[in-house]
Parts: sequence; C-alpha cells; structure tokens
Amino acid sequence: MKVAVLRFPGTNCEFDTQYAFEKLGHSTELVWHEDETLPENIDLVVVPGGFSYGDYLRSGSIARFSPVMKAVTSYANEGGKVLGICNGFQILTEAGLLPGALKRNNNLHFISKHQKLCVINNDNAFLNKCETGEVLNIPIAHADGNFYIDDAGLKNLEAKGQILLRYSDEDGKPVVVNGSVTSIAGVCNEAKNVFGLMPHPERALEALLGSEDGLRMLKGFDD
Amino acid sequence: MTAIVNVFLKEGVLDPQGKAAHHALDSLNFAGVEDVRIGKQIIIKLEEEDKAKAYTEVKEMCETLLANTVIEDYSIEIN
Repeated sequence: MKVAVLRFPGTNCEFDTQYAFEKLGHSTELVWHEDETLPENIDLVVVPGGFSYGDYLRSGSIARFSPVMKAVTSYANEGGKVLGICNGFQILTEAGLLPGALKRNNNLHFISKHQKLCVINNDNAFLNKCETGEVLNIPIAHADGNFYIDDAGLKNLEAKGQILLRYSDEDGKPVVVNGSVTSIAGVCNEAKNVFGLMPHPERALEALLGSEDGLRMLKGFDD
Repeated sequence: MTAIVNVFLKEGVLDPQGKAAHHALDSLNFAGVEDVRIGKQIIIKLEEEDKAKAYTEVKEMCETLLANTVIEDYSIEIN
C-alpha cells in the first residue's frame, strides 16, 4: 500500500505517521501543502496532527484552503480513502469532508494523556481489525477536540453508523474528556471513505511505550 | 470602507471561555452577571466604497472563511 502524508506549515506528526505505516510494511510519501496534485497510485491520504498555520482563526480553517486540499477533496469525492488525525480531523471538518466541528475543550486546557476509547462501529475500512465494543488505549493531545454537531446531525450519524469511537472508561462506558457531544472521539463520512479522530494511533505502536493498540487501528487500511 | 465582523458561538452551543470568565466575575463579587459570551472581532479595511457591495463581499468572506457556520454566528457592520 502507498500512503500520502500531507504536510502544512505547523504540521508536526508527519514523521510519526510515516513511521507507523512503514512499520506496517507500507510505503509513504510526504506531500507539501502547495502541491496541486497527489502522488500517483496512492491507496490512502493521511492528514496528520500538528498546528497548521498556528491554529490561527480556528484550528484547520486556513489549511483547508491549501492547494493540496483541492486534490484531496477530489480524491475523496471519487471514493479515495482519507484519514485525518487530530489537526487533520479539524482540517477535514473545516473542509466539509466530515460532519460537525471541533471547539475548544470544555475545561479550556490542552489535554495530553493516554485515554481509553470504545470502538462504536467497525464496519468500515478503518476499524475493521478492531471489535465493536472493544476498548483501546490511545494517546490524546489537543486543545480543540470538543466535537460538536446539532441534534439532527447526531441522529443522522447514529443512524448511519458514522460514529467510530467514543472516549470511555476501561469498561467501554462513555466518559467526559473534553466536552464532545456524547463523548465522540472519531467519525466518518456517510460514504465511509473519509475518517477523522482526535486521538493519535501513530503514537501507540510499542507496548514498551504504553500501548500498541494504534498499530491494529492503522492496520485496518491494509486490505 | 471598514468592516467590523463579530463572530460568536451560536446560542445553544456551550461557550467554555465565556463560562470561565463568568465564573471569574462571580468570584470577584460582580453581582448580577447573567451570561458571558466571548467571541472575536475582525476588522477589515476595504477598497470598495459602495456600502451594499462591501456588505455582500464581507458576507461572502464570513461564509467562506471567517466563521464556521456549523458552530458560529456572525454580524457585519460597515462604516
């Protein structure tokens, strides 16, 4: 598999993301935000974490107008798979490729810690190597991770199986971490080819460093 | 002309910064504060001299970039 990893001014998780996919046996290529096209024959685009454009105005609001995002939008609209992690998730919601928006955490703090997540839906190209109801241990690190969607939007996400992950305790019961609507940590689009989550699976690759659950999550894209 | 754009979280969308400031005002014994909301103000200097055209242009800017209408409302004042 060939993975394109985007890079904006302020991105800082691109090398970890490359490392993760290379560890899984895939080839990766960094793509600069000014590029107007994506590399040929790619199987996945990853919009990695960081602080694109210093999070000015709103997190992800400026990056989403980068030339490369036009190519990503076309790629996604043709059914190509796109994964946004943390700032990448914010960029994809700002771009309208994913529903909802990410606001400032309710406690106004930057939250950086290992967090349990409950898999809500595995019937998709991302979490198919995980079990529904399974609890994963993945680091989070964000100030603007408070997922918001209105009631009608939430019902729609639930009905269409678009909620991927919720912040939970070790038994899978939802917990309030940042104020997200129903503790949502990750969602996908209706066509289930665009995925976004605030937690960082690329930081959970070694049991020695706390968790290797991230490997299994990212392995979902293997097929 | 100058456009003054105010962007605030929509009614019903919890404003954590406003809530924290409200709490701080209460702690400082400022009585009778019912609600505090924190937004941002964006001041734009424009070449356009027609007020209506300036308004239309700034509205487009708000819808495209300056506000995220999923969570935010905006108001525009043209001077």
